[in-house]
Amino acid sequence: MTATTIAGHQVDINDEGFLTNPDDWSEDLAPELAKLIGIEPLTDDHWKLIRFLRDDYAAQGETPTLRRVSTQTGTPVKALFGLFPGKPAKKMSYVSGLPKPKGCV
Amino acid sequence: MTTSTKKLVVLGAGTAGTMVVNKLRRELDSSEWTITVVDKDDIHDYQPGYLFIPFGMNTPEQIRKRKRPFIGEGVDIVMGEIDRVDAPANQVHLQDGTVLDYDQLVIATGTTPRPDQTEGTLGPQFHKEVGEFYTYDGAVALRDQLERFTGGRLVVHITELPIKCPVAPLEFTFLADDWLRRRGLREKTELVFVTPLDGAFTKPVASKTLGGVLEEKGITVEPDFMIERIDQDRKVIVSFDEREVAYDQLVTIPLNMGADYVARSGLGDELNYVPVDKHTLQSDAYDNIFVLGDASNIPTSKAGSVAHFSVDVFVENFMQHISGLPMTHSFDGHANCFVESGHGKALLLDFNYDTEPLTGHFPLPKVGPMKLLGESRANHLGKLAFRHIYWNALLPGRPLGLPSEMSMSGKNPA
Repeated sequence: MTATTIAGHQVDINDEGFLTNPDDWSEDLAPELAKLIGIEPLTDDHWKLIRFLRDDYAAQGETPTLRRVSTQTGTPVKALFGLFPGKPAKKMSYVSGLPKPKGCV
Repeated sequence: MTTSTKKLVVLGAGTAGTMVVNKLRRELDSSEWTITVVDKDDIHDYQPGYLFIPFGMNTPEQIRKRKRPFIGEGVDIVMGEIDRVDAPANQVHLQDGTVLDYDQLVIATGTTPRPDQTEGTLGPQFHKEVGEFYTYDGAVALRDQLERFTGGRLVVHITELPIKCPVAPLEFTFLADDWLRRRGLREKTELVFVTPLDGAFTKPVASKTLGGVLEEKGITVEPDFMIERIDQDRKVIVSFDEREVAYDQLVTIPLNMGADYVARSGLGDELNYVPVDKHTLQSDAYDNIFVLGDASNIPTSKAGSVAHFSVDVFVENFMQHISGLPMTHSFDGHANCFVESGHGKALLLDFNYDTEPLTGHFPLPKVGPMKLLGESRANHLGKLAFRHIYWNALLPGRPLGLPSEMSMSGKNPA
């Protein structure tokens, strides 16, 4: 665990760069986190997903899987790959300040 | 005097359903409780045996039996397709119009491979160049297909997690490596393991160990691969980010989903798994519905060992629950899995919700005979012997002498 400063906020991150405490996140952090993984600017489509992830995490206590994001928001998986290229599940959770979804066991 | 007999209905007579009816029939007084188990057919497969069929290590006859003889006396068996559960009315509707009332319901209808969910799987080459071993028919077809294999690219592919027995795809890959060597085909074959995960397995410590075994055997890993479709004409699988992996023989693990009636009943999540309390297995939505085996959303392996350990905890809790007492027993997610690594050896993984797979010995601390997270001959023999234990002790609900709760004794924290 390392302490760092992002968008003027003091936050702790793990060795993959994910925030260790989801409560450290606020909306002004998202564009900065996105920039760090090469996504800019954040569009309304990105924000719709980020807000879903935050709400779902608050309700369920865990980061939603890619399939859950797709079915609950009505966004085709292909579109998620377009918005968060390469590894959408990981990238969406990273920008939203959440742990990466657990690879199921 | 009028006595009102209460009704327990169990949906599914697979591993979990069979164990639980047999155990509960011994606990529940027949004058107070009827037990009815519902299933769509009378076939019970020893599913871990599917893995061995393509390599001729089990014959199809060894792993298939009828269900009825494993279900004890005093349990009513109803054969039929479930249409839906009307949970507010405490009723199960079957497709033939039968309605079953219940006081308590156990859902144990497991999870099923769904090749229909990935475009291009169910084409003319399904069960041929596009093989799978998660069903009896698929395993037998793959055996015949491998018999004709003369080299090329053999690609083992996982669609999405969770899947039943999450280590089976790796085991298949290890066994294929061994089998190809024995046939003199290994040098003519590129063996590729394609996974949506970023490594060999879901649990970091085990992923490292198993990844090491893959590397040692010269198996190429294609990580982070989310499949979009199979192109049977061009013999490639295509990911959502437009990567392609070519195959001569594909062995795909299709998306696994809970039963469709779960969705029709409004009881499931996006993969038709029923959300439950992970320690009591009680439905989040209805306190007279419990979910055993692979059908729930508990965050541990979908595997017979989990069904077995959780049934033990459930039976004690259920007896308290129907007496109006709080449930005091807690399931810890305990799983143990033998992982066939080829050459007559196997690794053994033991883990739960909170603890990574550990090294050490099992079941006796320091003695074993089975080694945790290391390859050994005893592990392989243990895995082969388990088929007999399954038919003769596990399904009838006889005690195996393995504690349901995971023990740290004799194990070395990672």
